[in-house]
Amino acid sequence: MLYREAGDFKTSYVEDGQTFPIRFDRWRYYAVLAVAFGVIPFVINDYWASAVFVPFLIYAIAAIGLNILTGYCGQVSLGTGGFMAVGAYSCYKLMTAFPEISILIHVLGAGVITAAVGVLFGLPSLRIKGFYLAVATLAAQFFLVWLFNKVPWFYNYSASGQISAPERTVLGVAVTGPNTEAWAKYMVCLVFVVALAWVARNLTRGTVGRSWMAIRDMDIAAEIIGVNPLKAKLTAFAVSSFFVGVAGALFFSVYLGAVEVGEAFGIQKSFLVLFMVIIGGLGSIFGSFAGAAFLVLLPVLLKNTLVGGFGWPTDLTAHLELIIVGALIIFFLIAEPHGLAQLWRIGKEKLRLWPFPH
Amino acid sequence: MTMVSYEPFVTEDGRTIGGVLMEMRNITLRFGGVVAIKDISFDIREGEIRAIIGPNGAGKSSMLNVISGFYTPSEGEVWFEGQKRPPMRPYQVARQGIARTFQNIALFQGMSTLDNMMTGRITKMHSSLPAQALWWASAQREESEHREAVEKIVDFLEIQHIRKTPVGRLPYGLQKRVELGRALAAEPRLLLLDEPMAGMNVEEKEDMSRFILDVNDEFGTTIALIEHDMGVVMDLSDRVVVMDYGKKIGDGTPDEVRGNQEVIDAYLGVTHD
Repeated sequence: MLYREAGDFKTSYVEDGQTFPIRFDRWRYYAVLAVAFGVIPFVINDYWASAVFVPFLIYAIAAIGLNILTGYCGQVSLGTGGFMAVGAYSCYKLMTAFPEISILIHVLGAGVITAAVGVLFGLPSLRIKGFYLAVATLAAQFFLVWLFNKVPWFYNYSASGQISAPERTVLGVAVTGPNTEAWAKYMVCLVFVVALAWVARNLTRGTVGRSWMAIRDMDIAAEIIGVNPLKAKLTAFAVSSFFVGVAGALFFSVYLGAVEVGEAFGIQKSFLVLFMVIIGGLGSIFGSFAGAAFLVLLPVLLKNTLVGGFGWPTDLTAHLELIIVGALIIFFLIAEPHGLAQLWRIGKEKLRLWPFPH
Repeated sequence: MTMVSYEPFVTEDGRTIGGVLMEMRNITLRFGGVVAIKDISFDIREGEIRAIIGPNGAGKSSMLNVISGFYTPSEGEVWFEGQKRPPMRPYQVARQGIARTFQNIALFQGMSTLDNMMTGRITKMHSSLPAQALWWASAQREESEHREAVEKIVDFLEIQHIRKTPVGRLPYGLQKRVELGRALAAEPRLLLLDEPMAGMNVEEKEDMSRFILDVNDEFGTTIALIEHDMGVVMDLSDRVVVMDYGKKIGDGTPDEVRGNQEVIDAYLGVTHD
């Protein structure tokens, strides 16, 4: 009886609709948050921040964003890398144009700009669906990367063609630039992740989320019962791109510090985030976290075991890593096509009865 | 045969039928060279149960699709609540208070019964995106209010036990009931039912008939339905439109229609010239 909901009665609709409806879940999430805010910042070092926690948190935001579009609204997108680039470059432009304004505002502003771009590229979704839409978003991916490469205005005419984040502080603590401490990077990302995950949860439990899912499950019926497909699809593109844009802005400013667009935000980034969403579970916020954790942690784990544990050469490991990750993805999808979130759900259903299944 | 009087009248079983709620005037619907509906006029009156019947391919579903805005008629006019309806998208028609169910169940399979029914109320929910994103008190209040309205329908349809079950897991009969619930959640003025009893056994049909009559009686909802089971149609409906090959061949009370020679021919099959 590690996990149960017996005796957990709700007496009002507000209670029934709360963020974590099951009492046990609630305490577990609070415990995770307490550790994330109260313990990790004090013990984190550079390696853990840059190899594990910061990329995990940033990819979690991007995965939630893509999950809103693909998992909740059913619109496949291969443009995630391109939209992350929009977030990164608009953040850079905002940072350099308005140095006196807080970086947090810039990151949110980058999200808003990306949302607008996302809506623009979402317009074809009103006429085309499925694979065809995927190809249209692929065009967005290539176009955006090309644009940021070709137009020097976006990288402030720097000779290298790269953008690099100047130092910015929040409450006197540097969060971007070379002097940033590991815990500061971690905390900035954590605050964004927690806030945005909460927003995603709110949207998906309300009218907006239901209209997205209605479009996903049966678009014609959705329109006939009163869902405006134009509004539903474009809000999904806007919200999704906002999340992805924030992720791109953090990826550039807090995590990497300097990026070259083709390298950091190429098509492989789009696929990486899409894999996270598929492995984690379509239509699940928890799944977005699980998928991001899986694809960020697995390579680190493999590298540590193979290089650190067995002493194999690094180049061999790098190739093996790709093979093993690929094989594991295939294995997972065969074993559980609905992703880690579904495994988690099944596990919970079993635990509910454990240890007395009858 | 068509009733020309626009005044309220009282039916045989003592219910009052109001004025004209919806009127189809000379509706023609063509797909390329195929004429699905040919110059059909009829009306639906406030508070009645109006059946549309006819053999397969007669154009009944097309007619329902015209009413719900899924098709725009090639010719003719649709009048609703005394006003001519301009060409509209289906979601705009839904906002006018017209809800429907589908011949093949069109529920949102990945969502729970409650979520399906809450989606049915979407035309009535107006809290903004930011209010929902930040879960402001106004958004929470709206959610609870509408939840309460939906719960009444859940009670009415006796589906309390499947509230949180994803509808994809429910048996066919229950799915049909949830779909009715989703349409009712919109509190429509006009409810369109496309073969509500298709594929049901006798008990399920009896249940569904009872729900349809209760909806009409308790909520005063006007209902237009397509159904193949003649027994059900004759028992439930106040007036019947009969279609065949896209044309209207009969219109009137069940008794009048039953005695109509053209209708008998259409159903028993005589050679058309």
